[in-house]
Amino acid sequence: MAEMIPVKERMKRNQVPMSEQEPKERIYNFKEVPLGYTKEEAIYEAQRCLQCKVPKCIAGCPAEINIPKFIEKIVEENFTGAYLEILKTDNLPAVTGRVCPQEEQCQIVCILEKQGKPIAIGRLERFVADWARENNIHRRLPELKRKNQKVAIVGSGPAGLTCAADLTKLGYEVTLFEALHKPGGVLVYGIPEFRLPKSIVKYEINEIEKIGVKVITNFVIGATLSVDRLAQDYDAIFLANGAGAPRFMNIPGENLNDVYSANEFLTRANLMKAYNFPEYDTPIKIGKRSATIGAGNVAMDSARTALRLGAEKSYIVYRRSRKEVPARAEEVHHAEEEGIIFNFLTLPVKVLGDEKGNVIGMECLKMELGEPDESGRRRPIPINGSNFVIEVDMVIDAIGTSANPIVAGSATGVETNKWGYFIVDEKSKVTTKEGIYAGGDIVRGSATVISAVGDGKVAARTINEFLSSGKSLREVF
Amino acid sequence: MYKIFKKEKLNDIIYSMWIEASEIALSVQPGQFIILMTKEKGERVPLTIADFDRERGLIRIVFQIVGKTSEELSTLEEGDELYSFIGPLGKKTEIVHYGKVITIGGGTGIACIHPIARALKEAGNEVISIIGARNKDLIIMEEELKLASSELIVTTDDGSYGRKGFVTQILKEILDQDQNIEKIWAIGPAVMMKVTCETTKPYQVDTIVSLNSVMVDGTGMCGSCRVTIGGETKFVCTDGPEFDGQLVDWAEFMNRLIRYKEQEQRSWKIYQDHTHLFKCGKEME
Repeated sequence: MAEMIPVKERMKRNQVPMSEQEPKERIYNFKEVPLGYTKEEAIYEAQRCLQCKVPKCIAGCPAEINIPKFIEKIVEENFTGAYLEILKTDNLPAVTGRVCPQEEQCQIVCILEKQGKPIAIGRLERFVADWARENNIHRRLPELKRKNQKVAIVGSGPAGLTCAADLTKLGYEVTLFEALHKPGGVLVYGIPEFRLPKSIVKYEINEIEKIGVKVITNFVIGATLSVDRLAQDYDAIFLANGAGAPRFMNIPGENLNDVYSANEFLTRANLMKAYNFPEYDTPIKIGKRSATIGAGNVAMDSARTALRLGAEKSYIVYRRSRKEVPARAEEVHHAEEEGIIFNFLTLPVKVLGDEKGNVIGMECLKMELGEPDESGRRRPIPINGSNFVIEVDMVIDAIGTSANPIVAGSATGVETNKWGYFIVDEKSKVTTKEGIYAGGDIVRGSATVISAVGDGKVAARTINEFLSSGKSLREVF
Repeated sequence: MYKIFKKEKLNDIIYSMWIEASEIALSVQPGQFIILMTKEKGERVPLTIADFDRERGLIRIVFQIVGKTSEELSTLEEGDELYSFIGPLGKKTEIVHYGKVITIGGGTGIACIHPIARALKEAGNEVISIIGARNKDLIIMEEELKLASSELIVTTDDGSYGRKGFVTQILKEILDQDQNIEKIWAIGPAVMMKVTCETTKPYQVDTIVSLNSVMVDGTGMCGSCRVTIGGETKFVCTDGPEFDGQLVDWAEFMNRLIRYKEQEQRSWKIYQDHTHLFKCGKEME
């Protein structure tokens, strides 16, 4: 067992960096970029934790993990204990340990953040989850009386999976409906292999299935069966179908052959494994010079995927400046290391093509920053006559998503706002219809995996309250 | 899993299959489509439904061998299972009582027009169906279409069966003689649908086409199937597949249809070389 070290010593130590695949190597493969902590690194990092009497990190975690406690168990070299501690509230530790923006959540409130060296909570969580997987430590369903109430969950992304697992742990019979042929939602179709290996997602979902969640794939709620019809067979429903519809710039030339939505591009690459074409049947077409419009995490994923698929140059085109980039700093850093070229203050106005529909360039305008807009960021203003052409033969629109209406269209009495997102009570996640709850991107618009996880947890809690009080959706209808 | 209940070879290149998919069979409506995958490593292929049997929980698909996936699908037998089969997707055909209507099917489009013609007839319309193919062998589902229509006209490009010529020639003859045609549906190869729209334009008869774009998810998530309709971008999977043919940007639609032609041909060739090798190997054993 590793020893606790004096506070003074803890304060002296620096954050343990995580080793990564070298940029010049990794741009030719889809393997994960950060390689994870070794046991020794994890313990050394865990020893730095001050074990605050009133820890602030827990409140910063939407998955409600008792962070100091699992870190203490790492110091004790009780990795199984650390894993079970995380699992008490987080159902996807190997996922959240990788894709959570910890720097904005648990780590930003860490006392050591003041010295610029917060505990690397995400890396430690990832270590514990990976260690458990590699050592065959499985989650167990707590011994409790099974309840006979049934809950249907629409969508198997992070919100749906979390809600399903939490409700199963409370004893309910849960069925998860997924429209695609594989469960996981954005974790499988959106986030690339090099950030979140699909074998790990599959493992986490298998573990959730093993505690009793029933997953039905190839089932499109709103098409195969309506929400209204579903409501006749279930006592409560959680809608977590994701934002799902790609947004385009609405500029001329956007329907040319080599213009992709990030959703299409990433789905082909990730879910359909087009990077292994022709072993896998789904094709993808990669230009020599690719432009990705937007600067969020999805844009970074797209630009970096294009590079790995063979683009010689991969640009990010963003209308604001570096300061306003919404992607995680870590993603931007990785992208820059890999040679992604950033064009800030640049607004695409037209995609240029030939008569066959191939992209031959993208016309853009230079921008300057004006007064702050309603988002508080300085508004980008086009500079007249600054038009120029970026020579590209492929364009990826990564400017966000809007609400897919299929599910909402089949749910009588469940109201949406003017953008098509479900209206919910913030605290309970209940929609405008009692017994039906909603969370994740179909409520928030394009948000993060961890906020979806948080919504799933809140919904599970209120669904439990609803059902425990003896109510059922079947009576509401 | 989705079991192949019945398989039929309609001619050298076109197959018919009834697939066990009870939930889809319960909710499907004419004009809608499904997406299937033959195996985990397969691609997602959209196919407009050719028929359905709600009681037995079956969906009928008809497909022509045009590439790797369709060839692979044709090698599956009754009792085999498809990896994925989702639907019903897209909007249903607007079936009301119009009066006198024409439904046109070209090639495998004959299969797609079938449930639409039948539903229109059941709704009290007088349905004239025109079906066409290159030659006699490629005419499919003639008996079904005869039952589904008030009148059936068959055409072949080479005159080996029925009337010689294209479906659009017959269509023009009818439109010249009959002023009471209220609406027309045309499903078939892109060129056929485009020429149909050009033919009907001077007569100002509503002409609906069903577009068969390249799709991935088929539920409005990826936008691969987008098409310009009357100057506006629409998704074939959720806004369609049926659109007012006069508003379709055909040049763009046809360009986007062959986006992956090169890759598709490469993949098909590798598949054929492999299966050929396999067959030779078997013979040698």
